[in-house]
Amino acid sequence: MPPEVPAARPVVALEGVTKRYANGTLAVRGVDLAIDQGDFVSLLGPSGCGKSTVLRMVAGLISPTTGRIALAGESAGDIGFVFQEPTLMPWGTTLKNVMLPLRLAGMARSEAEARAAAALASVGLAGFEQSYPRGLSGGMKMRVSIARALVTKPRLLLMDEPFAALDEITRHRLNNDLLSLWEDERFTAIFVTHSVFESVYLSRRIIVMAARPGRVVEDLAVEAPYPRGEEFRTSSDYASHCRDISHALTRAMTP
Amino acid sequence: MTDVKLAADETIVEENRDPTWLGLTLDGWVRILAPTIIGIIALGAWEWTVRANAIPPYILPGPILVAQTLVRDWHSLSISLIITLQITFAALFMAAVLGLAIAVLFAQSRAVELSLFPYAVILQVTPIVAIAPLIIIYVDDVRLVLLICAWIVAFFPILSNTTLGLNSADQNLTDLFRMYRANRWQVLMRLRLPTAMPYFLAGLRISGGLALIGAIVAEFVAGTGGRASGLAYRILEAGFNLQIPRMFAALVLISLTGIAIFGVLSLISHLALRHWHESAISRDRR
Repeated sequence: MPPEVPAARPVVALEGVTKRYANGTLAVRGVDLAIDQGDFVSLLGPSGCGKSTVLRMVAGLISPTTGRIALAGESAGDIGFVFQEPTLMPWGTTLKNVMLPLRLAGMARSEAEARAAAALASVGLAGFEQSYPRGLSGGMKMRVSIARALVTKPRLLLMDEPFAALDEITRHRLNNDLLSLWEDERFTAIFVTHSVFESVYLSRRIIVMAARPGRVVEDLAVEAPYPRGEEFRTSSDYASHCRDISHALTRAMTP
Repeated sequence: MTDVKLAADETIVEENRDPTWLGLTLDGWVRILAPTIIGIIALGAWEWTVRANAIPPYILPGPILVAQTLVRDWHSLSISLIITLQITFAALFMAAVLGLAIAVLFAQSRAVELSLFPYAVILQVTPIVAIAPLIIIYVDDVRLVLLICAWIVAFFPILSNTTLGLNSADQNLTDLFRMYRANRWQVLMRLRLPTAMPYFLAGLRISGGLALIGAIVAEFVAGTGGRASGLAYRILEAGFNLQIPRMFAALVLISLTGIAIFGVLSLISHLALRHWHESAISRDRR
């Protein structure tokens, strides 16, 4: 069931955000962005356009040089983060890995175990609780990583090119599963990618960014109903969206 | 609720298993048999050389005579072996505990590490044979002298390896811990110490051999006497009395002890890491 768009209430608001790294690189300049509750937004752009920097600033991992970032969430666990690599602790079972955010927050072991097992089941990994990351395929590791990000029931899920290293078929499956999780759990999703097709398939809104310096150049909506599936992927609607976004990206990359 | 299901081809690929004989693969048998055969040939050649040239036992005893001496003198040698083992393991234990503790201290602050690490290096690079006479002057108890010497030699690999390991935590995982507002203690216990574990165990394996060397070398220098002395003193004593087969027997015991220590520590390392670390993946699974 497609989530209704609630009255526009930004979960994340960036105002005039600029980030200059210590080595002098201007990573992003003057980014204004408001992201609504429950939306699925992709940040799309070539490498070096600062899309990951924006995501890391929203996560609070780095702070902007100038400008302001306002978040609706307050406590740890309001934000889930999925890295490009699965980023699992190799010494822990999948269950232990997914329990981590809850245990760090001081939750009792038994309750954390139950919640982590439910999160693993929700990404299709029931029965793999006692497996170690080493024995899992790349797609399964990414599923564990998603389960860990969602185990705290975050209001905001940040994903930094999570499926870039996976093969096409696995990526399609994970895209579908991510959408059904989003429809069920109603978190707000910010998805960083450099794939036009992936961004069109997943998002309700696509922010196109350009490089040197990183900035927002276009803000486009993808007007297609959810749930989206293979019919959408093969529809002319999807193709025309991809064409529009590709053109926007080309414009962004030509000075 | 839309159910997410895992496609069959997404699950683990079951690795091919090689055929085994009596629980070992062909590769496993080669690894055991090849060095054993080489050892038997070498011992045979040694025994033959001694007999063919009629070399007297006070110059070079054959392996059979050495084995006979080992059995005959087992009582006195085993007492010394136990003493050497006690010193070695006490030193290794102290090295592990203090090495780990100091590494954790270093990991708390770069300033502490930068100010103290050079002194740990100095302790390491100064030959123990040169320090031992000084320690003998200041410490009365000979056993304690041996323990200190063995500890000095064994301590550094554990300290330096563990320090490296504690600073090797994955950057993204570190970010993740920060995002979930983990405190220092949680980061240490759940991220840095587990990351350092393989490094610590590798250091422990090196230190096991070094602790034995330290215990032996220190005893050569300190030169205890009487019945309550270790294997090194047995070698010295046998040398004075021209009991060359007994020297060899003591030497064999020291070697076997070293091999056993290495084997035990390797086993511990394997058991601790077998689920996750690359070093513990058995070769036929690669």
